[in-house]
Amino acid sequence: MKEDILTTQDLHLYYGDKEALKGINLDFDEKGITALIGPSGCGKSTYLRTLNRMNDLIPNVTITGTIKFKGNDLYAPSADTVQIRKEIGMVFQQPNPFPFSIYDNVIYGLRIAGEKDKERLDAVVEKSLRQAAVWDEVKDHLHESALALSGGQQQRVCIARVLAVSPEIILLDEPTSALDPVSSSQIEATLLNLRHDYTIIIVTHNLQQASRIADRTAFFMNGELIEVDQTKNIFMNPANKQTEDYISGRFG
Amino acid sequence: MNSKTQNKVAIGSLYGIAGLVVLILLALLGYILVSGVPQLSWHFLTAPGKAFLKGGGVGIQLFNSFYLLILAMLISFPIALGAAIYLYEYAKDNWLTTTIRTAIEILSSLPSVVVGLFGFLFFVVKLHLGFSILSGAFALTFFNLPLLTRSIEDSLRTVSDVQREGGLALGLSRWETVTRVILPAAVPSILTGVILSAGRVFGEAAALIYTAGQSAPALNFTDWNPFNISSPLNPMRPAETLAVHIWKINSEGIMPDAKAISSGSSAVLVIAILLFNFAARYLGKRLYKRLTSA
Ligand SMILES: Nc1ncnc2c1ncn2[C@@H]1O[C@H](COP(=O)(O)OP(=O)(O)O)[C@@H](O)[C@H]1O
Ligand SMILES: [Mg+2]
Repeated sequence: MKEDILTTQDLHLYYGDKEALKGINLDFDEKGITALIGPSGCGKSTYLRTLNRMNDLIPNVTITGTIKFKGNDLYAPSADTVQIRKEIGMVFQQPNPFPFSIYDNVIYGLRIAGEKDKERLDAVVEKSLRQAAVWDEVKDHLHESALALSGGQQQRVCIARVLAVSPEIILLDEPTSALDPVSSSQIEATLLNLRHDYTIIIVTHNLQQASRIADRTAFFMNGELIEVDQTKNIFMNPANKQTEDYISGRFG
Repeated sequence: MNSKTQNKVAIGSLYGIAGLVVLILLALLGYILVSGVPQLSWHFLTAPGKAFLKGGGVGIQLFNSFYLLILAMLISFPIALGAAIYLYEYAKDNWLTTTIRTAIEILSSLPSVVVGLFGFLFFVVKLHLGFSILSGAFALTFFNLPLLTRSIEDSLRTVSDVQREGGLALGLSRWETVTRVILPAAVPSILTGVILSAGRVFGEAAALIYTAGQSAPALNFTDWNPFNISSPLNPMRPAETLAVHIWKINSEGIMPDAKAISSGSSAVLVIAILLFNFAARYLGKRLYKRLTSA
């Protein structure tokens, strides 16, 4: 059996007194894609953001329960959020490249970490952009602003930017919902390429997308994890009535 | 009256008011430039003033204005930058930050003559700095700090939060995110704010009358040792600026060509401030373009 890289036990999250996550138990083994689906407002983003501690930035958030990354408590007082976020990268709904060149965007994390070797930086830029399947489109204008790219290209540059710091887990929060269908399918193809090397957790409200790319799918509703299983079981043969209703479009 | 005509009347009167404002502005500028520009010459811009005779220039005042501006900016920019970063990027909403914000708000609405009097009592008298460049620079700092802090805070606000999240999610620390992502992205807007506030400082008179003083002793422009009394760089010498000069000539000038010198000085002041404004817009736009596009 493969080792679980990330485990969540009895995770509760409160925004003030509002309970947004009501005791989530969910584990991820290494590599592969897990999709988080569920009606809007059910807590998918909230859950995803507990995994790299992005919720720390919001005032009045209380979190109880345990999240372990490779056996270490993510919320231990000694845990280093900066280091955690290097190992657990995140891609957002809205492409958010920095207002710098494509090249600088990709190596920003490394450069700030102190890497100066030009050859190594060049190599990382090429490798990351290739992995993100955007190299051929941008290789001739690496030193132009990333903001001049299309939304889909920007999003793939953002993926490359995350890959460049060599994370083990990549979190994506509806990465294609702001993109056109062609760009969306390019992102999907990119993720399918990456699933052999990274543990990928993606929030999507697009059920077809989940069924196309995810090895495993978790269905959330009202702050609870209703069901998690191999994607084809969730879509063909869900164990839970609520899952079935959601999949067949009866609500949400 | 139906809502359509109402709408038309409203828009019409707004256009009217806007037009009136523009007209007044143009008339003022036109008057100052038309009466001032003919007085301008290289001699006028570089020669020292004459108290009783005609033919004096404003060279020393012009130098003083720039020197004070630079000193005031050197002191106030780092403080304002730090304060703005703290307030916008770090501070939580609590009584302390509310107090700071209120203080900034009040400071920025103080009449500059009050700032000048405070500067006189505190720097000139209490700290024994006398009527000097240094007293003036400190007074200008007090005058400039609240405005500059707010303008830098506004610049930071223009950088979207998705950039902050992007930096943090990439494993940058808070500080790295601020200094390496947010600040560079805000530079064009910060620069614009700095130059615009430089324009305000450059034209300021009331805060300087009792701090930097109203006399412009002769300077020796070959002596750049700041410890010598006639050196232009000496920060302890009194230094009348262009704006103060205009005020002074008009209230007590006794040279025969006072009117002409006053007009010429006003034109120089207005032109300098206009240049600041255009420079701010131009540089801000160019920097932003360089950062954001091909
Ligand atoms: N910063 C916040 N402060 C307070 N409530 C929030 C905040 N973010 C999300 N919520 C609430 O938590 C619940 C879950 O939100 P979210 O995780 O964004 O759902 P999803 O991503 O599944 O659409 C919603 O009811 C939402 O209103
Ligand atoms: Mg969401």
